[in-house]
Amino acid sequence: MSIGKESMAAMLVSMCRIRKFEEKLSELFAAGMLHGTTHLYIGEEAVAAGVCTALAQGDMITSTHRGHGHCIAHGMDMNAMMAEMFGRATGIAGGRGGSMHMADIAHGNLGTNGIVGGGHGLAVGAALAAKMKKQDHIVVCFFGDGASNEGSFHEAANLAAVWELPVLFVCENNGYGFSMAACNAMRVEHIAQRAESYGFPGKTIDGNDAARVYEETVAAREYVLANGPMLLECLTYRISGHSKSDKNAYRTQEEIEAWRCKDPIPFLKVMMLESGFTRHELDAVEAEAAQAVEEAVKFAQDSPYPQGITQGVYAEGGRA
Amino acid sequence: MRTITFAQAVREALAEEMRRDDSVFLMGEDIGIYGGTFGVTQGLLAEFGPERVRDTTITEAAIAGAATGAAAAGMRPVAEIMFSDFITISMDSLVNQAAKLHYMFGTKVPLVVRTAGGSGTGAACQHSQSLEAWFCHVPGLKVVMPSTPYDAKGLLKAAIRDDNPVIFFETKRLYDIEGEVPEEEYVLPLGKADIKRPGSDVTLVCYGGMAPRCLEAAEALATEGISVEVVDPRTLTPLDTEPIIASAKKTGRVLIIHEACKTAGFGAEISAAIAESEAFAHLKAPIMRLCGADTPIPFSPELERSAVPARKDIEQALRRIVQQ
Repeated sequence: MSIGKESMAAMLVSMCRIRKFEEKLSELFAAGMLHGTTHLYIGEEAVAAGVCTALAQGDMITSTHRGHGHCIAHGMDMNAMMAEMFGRATGIAGGRGGSMHMADIAHGNLGTNGIVGGGHGLAVGAALAAKMKKQDHIVVCFFGDGASNEGSFHEAANLAAVWELPVLFVCENNGYGFSMAACNAMRVEHIAQRAESYGFPGKTIDGNDAARVYEETVAAREYVLANGPMLLECLTYRISGHSKSDKNAYRTQEEIEAWRCKDPIPFLKVMMLESGFTRHELDAVEAEAAQAVEEAVKFAQDSPYPQGITQGVYAEGGRA
Repeated sequence: MRTITFAQAVREALAEEMRRDDSVFLMGEDIGIYGGTFGVTQGLLAEFGPERVRDTTITEAAIAGAATGAAAAGMRPVAEIMFSDFITISMDSLVNQAAKLHYMFGTKVPLVVRTAGGSGTGAACQHSQSLEAWFCHVPGLKVVMPSTPYDAKGLLKAAIRDDNPVIFFETKRLYDIEGEVPEEEYVLPLGKADIKRPGSDVTLVCYGGMAPRCLEAAEALATEGISVEVVDPRTLTPLDTEPIIASAKKTGRVLIIHEACKTAGFGAEISAAIAESEAFAHLKAPIMRLCGADTPIPFSPELERSAVPARKDIEQALRRIVQQ
C-alpha cells in the first residue's frame, strides 16, 4: 500500500508547523520571554505527523512532556498552544498548565504530561471506555524510550493485552532518556522486543521516514481495532537538548550533526517532489507554517493573563 | 426498619448505581467471581457480567491509571484498591493525573476509588494503615470515610454520582457491623457532617472505625452525668466545618479521635480549623486529640490493640477534658 498525495501534504503541513513552532519557542526562551522550561520536538516531527495523519476521527492520543508535536499533528489550535506557553487566559489550559499540560480531551487529546509514563494508564483507560462504548476508536499512547522503563508501562501494557484493548503504543526511541543513552538504560536492543513479553506484536521502524510511519500506523490501526494492543517503535533523534538548559554534555556534536543530515522534513520533501509536488508548493507550506506561528505569538502576546487561582479545583454537579 | 451490614450496604450502593447508569462499572482485584476479598462485591458479577465487573491483574498503578483515563473518556468507573496500603502504588494516577485534570483542562473525572483500611484483623504493618490524610492534602480529590451502613450506602451513591474523583475509605473492621438502612432509595450529600449524638458538655469529633466505640463511650459517660456530642464529618474533604465549629462553640471542649496515627493526621486539620474560628473564644480547654500511635501497626494481638484508641482510653480522655 502506498501513501496518497493528500496524506503526504497533510504530513508536511504538520511537520513544518511543528518545526516552526518549536524553533520559535527556542527563540523566545533565549530572549527571556517565556517562563519555566520546555522540551522541544525538533528532529522527531515525522513520528507525530506520520501517526496522527493516519488516525481516524474519534481516535485519541496521550502525549508526553515533549508533546507539542503530537498536539499540533493531532490538530490542536496553535494560537491556544502559544498562549499557553505565555501563560495567558486564552491558553489551551487557561494558562494553568504550560508546556507539559496541554490537552483537548473533548477532541481526543488526553494531554501532554509532566509525569514520564503518566500517559500509559490514561491510554489504557480511554481505550477501555472506547471498547465498552463499542466505538471503533483506538488510542495512541506516545511514550519515549526512557518511559518504557517506568513501572506504569509494564502495568499498562499487560492490562491492555489481557483485556484486548485498542491501544497502539508508539515508542519514540530518540536514543536518550534525558542524559542517559537508551543502550545504557536497558539490556534489550529494541523496545519493540518488550511487546513479546505481553503477548502482542512489536515492530521497529525508521521514525524519520514520515511516509513509512504513516503506512505502518494505518496497518497497525487496523490490527489494533481487531485484536488489541500493538507496539510501534519509531527510531528517531532529538536534535535539541532535553530541555532548555541542556548543555549536551552526554553526547557529541558529531552525533547531532549526523542526525541533522537525516532530518525528516527534507526527506519527506524529496519524496513529495518525486510524487509530483512542485518546489513552489512545498515552499508555500513552509511559509504558511511560519506565518501561522507568527500569528500565534501575536495572539498570545495580545491575550490577557488569567485571574483567580481557586476556581475549577472541583467540577460542579454530577449525575442526578 | 431492616438492619444490614456495612458490606451489604456498600454492595447495594454499587448494584443500585450500576442498574441506573450503564456507564458505571467496577474494576479491581478479585472482585468478580471471588466476590472481593472482604465479600463486598459478591453477586455483582452474576448480575452485571464480566464487562461491568472487571477482574484486573495485580496492577494498582494501572487500576488507578486506567480508571482515570476511562473517567476522563466518559465512563464512571468504581475502582477498588484491595487494601488501602496498596494505594501507594496508585499515587501518581490519583494525585498527578486524576486530581488535576479538571483544574487544568476542565475535564470531569467522575472516578471513585474504594479502598479498605484500618487495623484489628492481625494483618500487620502493610495491610492495616489509615492513610486518609494523604488524600485530604491533594486539592481536586474528595475524601469520604463513612462509619455506619446507612452512611456508607448513601455516601457511596453520592460519590458515584459526583463528577469529581472521590477516594472512598471503607474500614475493614466495620464490614460486619449492622445498622438500620431503609429499603427505599436514598442518597446522602457529600460535604455534610452528621451529629451522631447530640450533647452539651463535650464535642467529640470522630469518623470511620473509631465512631462506633466513640458512641459507646458517650453512652457510658451519660450515666456519669457527662453529655457528649458526637460529630461525624463523614466527608473529610471538603470538610463541613460549620456544625463542628457550632458544636465547639456550644460545649467549649473538643476531643478529636481517629485511628490514623496522630502526627499530621486529619485530626490536626480539624483542630486547627476550630482554633482559627469564632469557637476559639468559647473554648474552656485546649482542643485535644486521641489518635493512633505514631507507629506502624504491629501484629501481636495485644500490641495491635494498643496501637489505636480503645473504648476505655476514649472514656478516660472525655473525663479528663471535662475536668479541665
